Amino acid sequence: MTGAVTARRPLLPSVDRRQVLRYAGVREGDAMTEALLDACLAELDGAISPRICFAEVPVVREGDLLDLGFARVGSAALSAHLAACDRAVVLAATVGVGIDRLIARYGALSPARALLFQAIGTERVETLCDLLCNELAAAARSEGCLLTSRFSPGYRDLPLTLQREIFTLLEPSRRIGLSLNASLLMSPSKSVTAIVGITKNDH
Amino acid sequence: MDIIEFLQQHTLYLDGGMGTLLQEKGLLPGELPERWNLIRPEVIRGIHRDYFRAGAHVVNANTFGANSLKFGEQELDEIIAAAIANARAAAREVGGSQPRWVALDIGPTGRMLRPYGDLDFEDAVEIFAKTVRSGVRHGADLIFIETMNDSYETKAALLAAKENSTLPLFVSNAFGEDGKLMTGASPAAMVAMLEGMGADAVGVNCSLGPRALSGVVREYLAHASVPVILKPNAGLPRVVGGKTVYDVTPDEFAAEMREAVELGVRAAGGCCGTTPEHIGALVGACEGITPARITKKQITCISSYTHAVVLDREPILIGERINPTGKRRFKEALLAHDMDHILKEGVAEEERGVHVLDVNVGLPGIDEPSMLSEAVCALQAILDLPLQIDTSDPAAMERALRRYNGKAMINSVSGKRESMDAVFPLAKKYGGVVVALTLDEQGIPVLAEDRVAIARRILAEAERYGIDKKDLVFDPLALTVSADHTAARETLRALSMIRRELGCHTSLGVSNVSFGLPQRDLVNSTFFALALANGLSAAIMNPHSAEMMSTYAAYRALAGLDERCAAYIDYASALPCSAYAEPPTSGASRAQGREGGSELQTAVIRGMRERAAALTAELISTCSPLEIIEREIVPALDAVGVGFEKKTVYLPQLLMSAEAAGAAFEVVRGHMKNRHATDRSAVVIATVKGDIHDIGKNIVKLLLENYGFAVTDLGRDVPPERVVEEVLRLHAPIVGLSALMTTTVPSMEETVRLLREHAPFCRVMVGGAVLTAEYAEAMGAHAYAKDAMEAVRCAERLEREYTGHPR
Repeated sequence: MTGAVTARRPLLPSVDRRQVLRYAGVREGDAMTEALLDACLAELDGAISPRICFAEVPVVREGDLLDLGFARVGSAALSAHLAACDRAVVLAATVGVGIDRLIARYGALSPARALLFQAIGTERVETLCDLLCNELAAAARSEGCLLTSRFSPGYRDLPLTLQREIFTLLEPSRRIGLSLNASLLMSPSKSVTAIVGITKNDH
Repeated sequence: MDIIEFLQQHTLYLDGGMGTLLQEKGLLPGELPERWNLIRPEVIRGIHRDYFRAGAHVVNANTFGANSLKFGEQELDEIIAAAIANARAAAREVGGSQPRWVALDIGPTGRMLRPYGDLDFEDAVEIFAKTVRSGVRHGADLIFIETMNDSYETKAALLAAKENSTLPLFVSNAFGEDGKLMTGASPAAMVAMLEGMGADAVGVNCSLGPRALSGVVREYLAHASVPVILKPNAGLPRVVGGKTVYDVTPDEFAAEMREAVELGVRAAGGCCGTTPEHIGALVGACEGITPARITKKQITCISSYTHAVVLDREPILIGERINPTGKRRFKEALLAHDMDHILKEGVAEEERGVHVLDVNVGLPGIDEPSMLSEAVCALQAILDLPLQIDTSDPAAMERALRRYNGKAMINSVSGKRESMDAVFPLAKKYGGVVVALTLDEQGIPVLAEDRVAIARRILAEAERYGIDKKDLVFDPLALTVSADHTAARETLRALSMIRRELGCHTSLGVSNVSFGLPQRDLVNSTFFALALANGLSAAIMNPHSAEMMSTYAAYRALAGLDERCAAYIDYASALPCSAYAEPPTSGASRAQGREGGSELQTAVIRGMRERAAALTAELISTCSPLEIIEREIVPALDAVGVGFEKKTVYLPQLLMSAEAAGAAFEVVRGHMKNRHATDRSAVVIATVKGDIHDIGKNIVKLLLENYGFAVTDLGRDVPPERVVEEVLRLHAPIVGLSALMTTTVPSMEETVRLLREHAPFCRVMVGGAVLTAEYAEAMGAHAYAKDAMEAVRCAERLEREYTGHPR
């Protein structure tokens, strides 16, 4: 039986500057880049609107396939990832369309800023996912279980078309304002869908 | 009985949740509830019956997700027919004397509209139109558009309903805890747009419980001149033991709804988690409340996708700079389809503090309808200011109004018969506040009294279309004072009479008055002050004029609009202001291989935009444009580029340098006869169809331009045919294509294939995260670039191959 969907609007911790610079391809920040990052962060006000929804699903092995309750998936990599699991959490997260507007605005005016906003958006949505996964991991630990890392459609051999089933399961369009395009990309762009496994408690 | 008439006298009761009840009756996750109209009609009829018995006047047929994205055309029509028949049958079965209506329910498509999603606005209109036509055919009594969380999609649905039916139109949006739609619209902005387009009732549903929505409801009640709808959830959902539960009980729900009805809500029901018991309790709790009067609000208001701007005591500024008149560079940009230039003007005006942007792209030799609509879309994608659509071409006006995400200001109508016949039907259909010029077939009257007489005639004509006087703003026209010394005086008298005698708002293009005089800013700003004192509501002006902005700041302080003069003090202490602050230079770039270089080179290397532009402006008097490019800008960029290739400089620094070089280029360009600074090749670039990632492509564009290439950027999600068309039109020897996703690589392959077939002369370079050199070769591309610097090197190489000689 596939579980019900929970939707949330959590508060995020403040931006991790090092992480943002790493996403922007900068290994060592210099004064010029740091100053630009300050300017971008000052402009971020109100542009980030974190929303996440998730549901627990069973993990049942049927030969080469995984039956996740909402979809049957043929992916060796995901099967290996969930090898020790008998259930999993499917999540969809977005930080909203505001950051896309900033990226588009500076795409025309200042690609350097657009690049940093792009990196900030990535850092924010990853932080949003981490926040939920930390909570799920704590809950799992209290039951003697462990949480795997996130595995997303498009990783390795997990087909991107699984997005369709995830969107049918979670209805993120209605719940968190996240929609799936015809090419299986998501809008807003700073969004993540992922599967995290919960191991059996004898592991 | 007519539902609109009924609403004038009564509180209208609506139904409650459907989805949650269907799940209880066995609807599986992922199963489409609309199919149950056909396969489980008795369940659907039963739910409708329970709502009618509980006291609902209106039930929404089970058509929330019935659209052509989810169902084939024939099944869609069958579902809608069955859904309406089920609701109709339930009404019959319940019987009784109470009036009962069946609504065609329209929910969101689940897809996001362009530019942030991939669904085109007109495609969305057509999807909704199919549902509407089917609903009308099968006898719905009204159309209920609900749970929309994006203003643009709401507009598409309402437009489809208006164009394909004459039924009453209810529109209800889903607001979050922050009091806004997911894409940012405030309640006032939604009321402005929806009422402007002729919705018969507007309001709020889903998301939260009644009390949590009370702030949003109050905003609706304060702004709406039509009945307000409230259809909230039974609180926030929680998951308990794998099941979704809603906490608000029928009695609590009814008590909270009673408060809302007392505040003035006129159509009350429920959404997710509410049941027939909730509706029964609601109807019981509201018994005996005298319905609040629905009053006309007389608010003159325009809106963007985020917020409303109200014309009231506080005068507003409308930036006039997006207009080619007298601007060579702007004309060139329009002819070259350089949308970025228009965006930069818009952003610069926004940064100066205007409230609205006037958009005029009329130029001989331009397809104005397509250009205006494109400019409006581009501006609203990145700016949240409302727009004033400025054109004398009704076809251009209609296309722009259609695509505008909000309630626009329309510039303009006049007292001429032809003008009113063309503009008023558009204002009625799309909504808008119309700027009305007090001139007619005889021209502009000399005397203020005669201008006011024209204003009265325009008011009377607007009324025939059902356009309220609150949606007209009169421009009594500022004429040149150097040609007639009484010109300004008559304009000011007319202004004051229109405000006092007609009670209407006013607008003026301020700058005309000083034509032919020296020190025009002085005359303009004094005239502006006088106009404000005579009741000017909105000024169309140049926000880059310090005199004008100073007058505005001082006027607000003097007119009692600026408490403790706080805004004035802020303004004054920031004088003189510059558009951009320089980034700090201490310990800056490691790309200092050329510290011995000129000042301009250093400015470029350190990414100092303003300084690079200023130094270029100095140099241009002694050097030719080409010398500046080849001896200063390109060597500086090369120095940074080499650092980037050696990984001692990172991408943000490379881009900052490129932006500084771009600022220098812009100055150089102002001194050139041709748009393009050099004789380098034309390059057409695009992100391929299906892909909406464009940052990489934008970076490549910037760098290519810096190196003097004549770049035409087709944007993102570009169909293969469009690329071929543009390459053939420009006979461009080089094409750059970008794709970020594996799923969009096939459309890159298709584009390359079509280019090789139809434009065999051109060379194609490709790039993007998922590509490799091997992959590029396999698809028939001529070159692969792993990053933006390499794209420049590639383009240089392809150019050499094409022209057959080294530069």
